[in-house]
This record gives sequence, C-alpha cells and structure tokens, in this order.
Amino acid sequence: MYNPKMSVLCLSRCFRLVVALLVVASLMSGVTVSYAAYRAPEVPNINIMPIDRAKFLVGQKFDFAIEVKSDTPASAIEVLVNGKKAETFFGKQAVVKFDNMSTYRINEVAFPQTSKVTVAVTVKTEKGTEKRTVNYEVPADKIKKPAKNVILFVGDGMSLQARQMARILSKGITEGKYNDLLEMEKMSNLALITTSGNDSLVTDSANSASAYATGHKSTVNAMGVYADSTKDPFDDPKVENIIELVKRTRGMSAGIVSTANITDATPAAMLAHTRKRSEQNFIAQEMLNPLHRPDVILGGGSRHFLPKSVPGSKRSDERNIIEEFKELGYPIATNKTQLKQAGTPDKLLGLFQLDNMDVYVDREVTKNPAVLGKFTDQPTLMDMTKTAINVLSKNQKGFFLMVEGASIDKQLHAMDWQRATYDTIEMDKAVGIAKEFAKKNGDTLIIVVADHAHGASITGTYHEKDGKTGREAVRIYADAGWPTFADADGDGFPDNPNPDVTLAVQFANHPDYYENEKFLDVPTSPAIMADGKAIANTKRAPQGGDLKVGNIPASDPSEVHSADDVPLTAEGPGADYFKGIMDNTEVFHGIVRALGLDGRNEKK
Amino acid sequence: MNKLTSRVIIAMMLIWVPLNWLGQDGTIRNESSLFCTPAQAAPAWLPWFGEEAAPLEFSELYSGASALGLEFSPKLESLKGKKVRISGFMAPPLKPTLNFFVLTKVPMAICPFCSTDADWPDDIVLIKLSEAVTALPFDRPITVTGQLELGYQMDEETGFVSLVRIVADNIEEAN
Ligand SMILES: [Zn+2]
Repeated sequence: MYNPKMSVLCLSRCFRLVVALLVVASLMSGVTVSYAAYRAPEVPNINIMPIDRAKFLVGQKFDFAIEVKSDTPASAIEVLVNGKKAETFFGKQAVVKFDNMSTYRINEVAFPQTSKVTVAVTVKTEKGTEKRTVNYEVPADKIKKPAKNVILFVGDGMSLQARQMARILSKGITEGKYNDLLEMEKMSNLALITTSGNDSLVTDSANSASAYATGHKSTVNAMGVYADSTKDPFDDPKVENIIELVKRTRGMSAGIVSTANITDATPAAMLAHTRKRSEQNFIAQEMLNPLHRPDVILGGGSRHFLPKSVPGSKRSDERNIIEEFKELGYPIATNKTQLKQAGTPDKLLGLFQLDNMDVYVDREVTKNPAVLGKFTDQPTLMDMTKTAINVLSKNQKGFFLMVEGASIDKQLHAMDWQRATYDTIEMDKAVGIAKEFAKKNGDTLIIVVADHAHGASITGTYHEKDGKTGREAVRIYADAGWPTFADADGDGFPDNPNPDVTLAVQFANHPDYYENEKFLDVPTSPAIMADGKAIANTKRAPQGGDLKVGNIPASDPSEVHSADDVPLTAEGPGADYFKGIMDNTEVFHGIVRALGLDGRNEKK
Repeated sequence: MNKLTSRVIIAMMLIWVPLNWLGQDGTIRNESSLFCTPAQAAPAWLPWFGEEAAPLEFSELYSGASALGLEFSPKLESLKGKKVRISGFMAPPLKPTLNFFVLTKVPMAICPFCSTDADWPDDIVLIKLSEAVTALPFDRPITVTGQLELGYQMDEETGFVSLVRIVADNIEEAN
C-alpha cells in the first residue's frame, strides 16, 4: 500500500546515507578544506612603496618609491608597470640614486584606469640580478546612489568591550536584557576591522588613522606616507588622503573635531603627511595648506598654534597660526560661549585648551577645579559635532567630517575605565546628533569605528558591602549580579561614577600598579617612570589597593594597545560595504565608494 | 621617548650611578639625602638655612590661562630673581646626561605612543643643576630651593621649552 509518510522517511534515510557515504569517500580520498601555505615574514632587499597588495582609488595620487639594500651599490634598477617601463606608464621621469641603499622614485603619480596592476622590479648589482614583483588593485566598484556627506567617528581605542562598558553605564541592563542600545549600536551595518600596520602587528593611532584616511597601510607613528629608511620625517613617499581628495576632486568641505590636541595623530592623519606624529607644530601649520586645509577645526592643543613668545606655547618659532587662520577669514572660538556665539560661519577654528581637552567626567560631572584650572568653559564633543555639521553642511557639494573621541584611548592607557567610558558615552551622543542630521536628508553615511583596541575586559562586578576587599571582592559568575549605576536625569551619563556595586574591569596588559577598582577623583597615572623603569604610582590608590605585578616591559608606564580586531558600525548610503571581517584600509575604500569619488576629476 | 631611548637610559643609569656616587662624596649628607649639587663654593647644605626662601606652590604659578596662553601670577612675577622653595615630583629626565630636570605637581608617566617629549603639562618647573642628574627617586616628593627664573627658554640640546625655572642650590626629600 502506498504510504506517503513512509516514502518521505525513506527518502530522507536515503539522503542521509548518501551524505554519509560522500563524507566517508571525501575523507578517504583526502579531499578536505585546503589552506594556503604561508611563510614566516622576511624583509626583502627590494622595498617597493606602495607595498604589495596595496589598493588605490583610481586617480589617487601617490609617490612611487623603491629602496634597494645591497652590499655593493646597485648599477641599474628596471621597473615595469603592467609590462611598460614605469617612466612611460606614469609619464614622468624617475629620480634614481645608486648606493648601498639605492633609491628609485617618481613623485605624484596615479593609476588612470581601474585594473589589476603588476609592478616588476629588476635590480642589477655586482653579484647579479635580483627581482621582485608586487601586485596592486585599482577597483572599479561603483555605487548606484552615492552619499553627499560622510561623517567618520573614531573612538580612539574604543574596543568592543569599551562599547559594552558604555552600554552598561549609559543604558543599564534589566534581567539580562539591555534597556536600550547605544546610538552607535543602532546602525544598519556591522563589520570587524583588523588593525595592523605594515610594520607591526600592533598599531598606534597615527598608523591606523592613516589607513582610514588613505586606504594604505603605514607604520607606527606615521601618517599619509609609506615609511622609507631615511631619518627625515618629511621625505617619505606620500599617498593622497581623504581631505585632499574631497577638496581636489569635488570642492567638498572638510572638518576635523577631537577632544585631544587637534594636531594629535587621529585628526592629523586626515590631512598631514609625516613619518613622525610628534611633529605637531608642523602639523598645525600644515592645516593652513590649501591642499588639505580643513574648513572646520575644533579641539584642544592651541599650544602648537601660538607663537613661542606667548607663555604656554610649544612652538619653536614666532608663527601665530591662529592669526594666520583669522587672516584667511576663520572666526576663532576659544571657549564654549564663543563657540555658541560663532553661529554658522563658512569656516571655523575653535581651540579650547592649550593641551588635550579635559575628559567628560572632569568637565561636566565633578567639575573639579583641581583638574580644570581656568578651563571651566570647554564645549562638549556634542557641541563641537553639532557646530561642525551646521557649518560644513552649508556647502552644496557635501562634506567629509572626522570626529574623534580621543580620551577613550588616553584614559584606557591610564587604566581609568570610568573616565574612558564617560567619554565613550559622550561620543555616542555626538553620533546621535549626526544620525539626526542624516535622518533629515538621507544622503549622509555615518561610520563609527575604533582605530585599535585596549586589553580591558569586564570580569563581573566589584563591591565591598560584605567587608571583602581586593581580589576577593571581585564578583564573578552568579555573584556578579548587576552594577548599581543609575541615570536618574536621563542624560545618558550615570549620575555617580562610583556606585556601591561597580564593574570589575580587568586589563590583559599593564605595568606594576595599584588597583582598588574605585573611581579616581583626579586622573592619576597607574605607574611613573623612575630610573628608566615604570614603577607603581602610590598616588593611584589613596585608600589602599592591591599591587598588580606588571606583565609588559618595565620601559612602558601605561597599559598598551592590543592587537584585537575592533567593531565598525555604519548607516546611510554606502553602509552596505561594511560587513564581515575587513582590513582597516577598507574603511577608506568604503568612504570613497559611498561618495562616488573619482581621483581623476578636478573640481571646476 | 621610544623603547630604544628608554633602554639607553637604563643602560646609562647603570653606568652613571656608581660613577657619580663616588665623585660626589663631599656633597652627600647621609643615606636618606637625595643629592646635592653645590652651585656655590660654600657647602651646599648650609647657606639657604639662614636665608628666606619664599614658599611657592604649583597652583600659584599662573593667574590666567586660556587657549590663547598663560599669564604669570603677580606672586610669581614678584619672586623673579629671588630665592624660592617648591615641592613636587621629579619627572624622568629626557636624557641621563642633562643638567636639568622637570619638576611636576604629580608623579608623571610619559606614554611613548600617546605622548611625545613635548607633551608636558603647563604647570611644570624646570630645575637647573650644575651637574648632570643622577639616580633620584621619582615617586617621592622633593623640595627644591633656588633662584627663580621666568620667561621663554629653549634648551639647545633637546629643544625643551620652559617658562619657569629654578637654579637649584638644594634639593631634598619633602616632608
Ligand atoms: Zn593610545
């Protein structure tokens, strides 16, 4: 008798049998998932810059450079680009020098077509010839409906865990469900970003911001360049960055906003080219260069803009960069009141601290005079973001804005997760302002990303209510329960940074330091340098604390960056580009694709 | 300061400490005394006891500060060229061979990647010595006595910029 049920069962049994047989067969025949073999890294004698597997926006300008290390000076360097002599391909003469470090360089070139590119270099020396080939990509990826504006938020050092601390403190959690998500978490797209530079597994902020700004990897402490072997911090081969591109090809406006010195690595990398991020006086004056002059500059660090004769200046010359901006028609704001009064001019320079701006807790919560001194009227990152958007959005051609929450990193270095978290929340509220602007017009891509991670992780909670202290008061698993942060006034910031049950945040790497899990009234370094060695700072835990023996070299007095991948969230036209695991240089390619930029265009 | 220079500093310290210790026996009072650099011919631990050294606090250096610069306080201006006494922490020297160091309000850590040599707070005092700095405790407060100098000055060797300086004739552990 016909029984349909039986038949389906039978079919499924047959299917399972077939699958089982296939699996057995594949195992027996050695068919498995194959992995590409790879070799341990080695430094080639022929260093080609840009590096192998570099990716370019079509028409993006760069300096092409080769360095050849040899025992005896090279006698010839032959370079073929897609089979053509490089000088013919680029239509420019190369400058070649023969030495034990021979160099070959053609400045300011670009790939005129989207394509795959092969560069073959042959070097002749007394000992014979040596060859090296690298491959480039100039992708053709085109977006249907481009974005008019891009706002890039960089939470410096804002790891996944840093975001989560902000979520716990800002939104709270009830019976295991978060009461809400952060603004930066309520976005359509999520990707994981790898952060290494071309020289090292672990990046710094210059190097990683440079990847976002240029689409090219750089080196620790460098921005907008491939680091060559010379000492000069200004001669390294350059790559065109995002501010230069939006200005040159489309006449868009550009802005940089940061709570750090505005000449600090992340904002600086949006526009500058140098091997050495500490050249902050140079970076300040580079902001005047029309090639990459931001229309809006808001942040701290006026000391690099003041002539050396003004007390508080760190310049070594008498240039008054603030005055030079004034002459270019920039209104100047030096405190929150003046920023409010500035309204919406066409361009704006706001510098609100001689050094880094103070962090949110000190500025807005405790308002501790011992910390703030005379700087009692600093704007928030929200104020600065809102003003920047208002000013930049006057340009009908669109704008690129970078906003940095800088002290998330600076406070995690100091192992002060409470101060870091308030600053993460501050940046999240700035993201909320940008989202509101984007909602009105629907033509703005917003990206929120970190530049690298820190080794901070949430172990559970911490309290001393039962008399336990130190490690015994770290509550784990079921004992953790919930921290008792509260936000009664609903401003998004917990009312008290030091509730009776706080988070137990522990660090994967640290110098010798004292830990008591409590909020510090005044920012205090975990360790200090003494005789070239980092030693625990006794000021760190005035109420007493456990000494944690350091697990990184004693030459470093702070917690250091970790190599962990970092989350990126995005929303708006072009956000679809961001998914899965991506290299940090892809952030740039996502931006230029969203804007539909073409490096071959020149603005009219 | 990068890793290499830190290592160099450690290495230099190892060489310098015993050398200076031996070379300075006349100026070391006892085990707990930090060090003395005799700027004058007279024994370093004697002269300032008899003289008035005006006490100065870090919070008294500037009366005005904004993004457009700092203003020396009237008290600081009035003490220019006079003998002052101030307590603070010795920041690690930029190089072990320098005959100056930076006195700060709180113990300092210089982060090699988020900070640079230029990244010092504004309220610092540069302490000039007649000899290079030797091994000193950086984690305990010290009191410096000496003549107050004011105004922009850049150290030729390091490019270090200072506004407030004290030419030290005595340094000791603060109470
Ligand atoms: Zn950092």
